[in-house]
Amino acid sequence: MTDVRETTAVPALVCEGLRYAFGETKAVDGLELSVRPGEVFGLLGPNGAGKTTAIRCITTLLPVPAGMVRVFGHDAAKERMAVRRLLGYVPQQLSADAGLTGRENVELFARVFDVTRRERAARVARALEAVDLTAAADRLAKTYSGGMVRRLELAQALVSAPRLLMLDEPTIGLDPIARTSVWEHINAVRTATGMTVLVTTHYMDEADQYCDRVALMHRGRIHALGTPEELRSELADRRRAEGKTDPDPTLEDVFRDVAGSGLDEQGGDFRDVRSTRRTASRVG
Amino acid sequence: MSEAPVAPRHGSAETVGLAPDGRPDPLLTPPRPRTGWRMLPARVGAMCVVELQKLRHDRTELYTRAVQPALWLLIFGETFTRLKAIPTGGTPYIDYLAPGIIAQSAMFIAIFYGIQIIWERDAGILTKLLVTPTPRAALITGKAFAAGVKALIQAVVVIVIAALLGVALTWNPLRLLGVAVAVILGSAFFSCLSMTIAGIVLTRDRLMGIGQAITMPLFFGSNALYPVALMPGWLQAVSTANPLSYQVDALRGLLLGTPHHLALDYLVLVLAAAAGIAAASSLLGRLAR
Ligand SMILES: Nc1ncnc2c1ncn2[C@@H]1O[C@H](COP(=O)(O)OP(=O)(O)OP(=O)(O)O)[C@@H](O)[C@H]1O
Ligand SMILES: [Mg+2]
Repeated sequence: MTDVRETTAVPALVCEGLRYAFGETKAVDGLELSVRPGEVFGLLGPNGAGKTTAIRCITTLLPVPAGMVRVFGHDAAKERMAVRRLLGYVPQQLSADAGLTGRENVELFARVFDVTRRERAARVARALEAVDLTAAADRLAKTYSGGMVRRLELAQALVSAPRLLMLDEPTIGLDPIARTSVWEHINAVRTATGMTVLVTTHYMDEADQYCDRVALMHRGRIHALGTPEELRSELADRRRAEGKTDPDPTLEDVFRDVAGSGLDEQGGDFRDVRSTRRTASRVG
Repeated sequence: MSEAPVAPRHGSAETVGLAPDGRPDPLLTPPRPRTGWRMLPARVGAMCVVELQKLRHDRTELYTRAVQPALWLLIFGETFTRLKAIPTGGTPYIDYLAPGIIAQSAMFIAIFYGIQIIWERDAGILTKLLVTPTPRAALITGKAFAAGVKALIQAVVVIVIAALLGVALTWNPLRLLGVAVAVILGSAFFSCLSMTIAGIVLTRDRLMGIGQAITMPLFFGSNALYPVALMPGWLQAVSTANPLSYQVDALRGLLLGTPHHLALDYLVLVLAAAAGIAAASSLLGRLAR
């Protein structure tokens, strides 16, 4: 199924010279990115790297003050509605409505994406089934575990058959089993639909395992881009040339290498830590 | 699967794809967009449905909110009926008061609706809705009518309480429909006022403070408790500028058959709701940032 999309000339997402500042803080500072249709693309970076800000510019939540963002050729600054129709978005914090059941949460998104009444029930049921929530569908979302909420949010995003799925830290705050389960569902959906997935994460091991290509972001910019394999072997070659005999580098080593020593000092400010914590806690 | 494979719908790049078994999976075809005027009622409907679903899951709010209007009618209404201190043109005071209390309890719900918006912002729910093909004005209109639906259910409760207390209200369905429209329009305005303030102050605590500061002046500066003619001149001016007065006038006219100015009342309520929607929509972006 992916061949159809790989021959497509239009990239799923292009960012050119994207900048966004909160007052003095340059959160995104000249982001260059091109995501191919059908791939799982990982945007990696430490707290405060600007991942969420970039995603909020792409999803039309923030304006695009400088540079350009295109989703399947549609300009995110000028064609907001067209871009939103192509997107499925799962924000960093857990965002299901706790006062509704799982099914009602998904139904809402079917409604606001104009799924007709005739189609609604089947589509919603299918989305819930795709994330293994059929049995829990009629329970209130406040009774869900963190991993279930994440899967529910995935179902909410899938119900409109988006072409680009934007996942901001889908596994943050989850236990290892729930993390694996979320990734397996992302993968299964991608295989079944050929959907393009852009995912941010701090966890280099996850990116290594599940992403086709990754970009390492630090201080609002991309510092390295390629398949995890490419990035690792590049560093291994360089180290060998320098005469070092370390074991095979991991993606995390690559990251330390490109981000330099700045990584340890500027590991995100208080706000970042707080918002990360909030994400980790249960849904409101 | 054994079903015969269905041919792909389009061969173009627009095709999302097919399930591995060759059947079109509903999740692979994007829904056809509703366009033009059909989008707005669809969004309003979606928001109202959510509000009703929430009320169905948790009815405590419905019950606790019924206490205050019941006390107003029971204590204030009964007492002042006996005192005959307020000239109501022959209507028993408790009857005169009932429409005012319906409007007041609906306003109390609506004026704190912005808190729910801030909560939804903090919980990421609003953020996600803003990434759907829903223009901001449509989202606000949807929320305003959802607040109206909530207030309407409250109004039904108060009407039942009033009827139990022996208030002689109309049961004419056409008039009751008019009551429903007035309640929804008034709540749409007050909830938009609340969402506008939410867009300015951005935090729950500040909105709570402002909400508490303005509800009583809006209530006392209206004809909900006493006729405008009794008020000092400056308060009459407040009442003239207060949409609550027009709502009460309409409710009283419809429920009790007292003299009214229905055309003016509905005109003011519609204009106030429209202005509120415009103001709240223009500030919604601040909440999302
Ligand atoms: N609403 C805001 N107001 C002010 N500054 C902000 C705001 N949001 C983000 N920032 C700042 O912008 C920078 C980038 O933040 P962003 O949330 O995009 O990083 P991130 O890569 O998503 O981090 P994390 O891994 O913690 O989610 C940080 O320095 C942050 O403090
Ligand atoms: Mg983030």
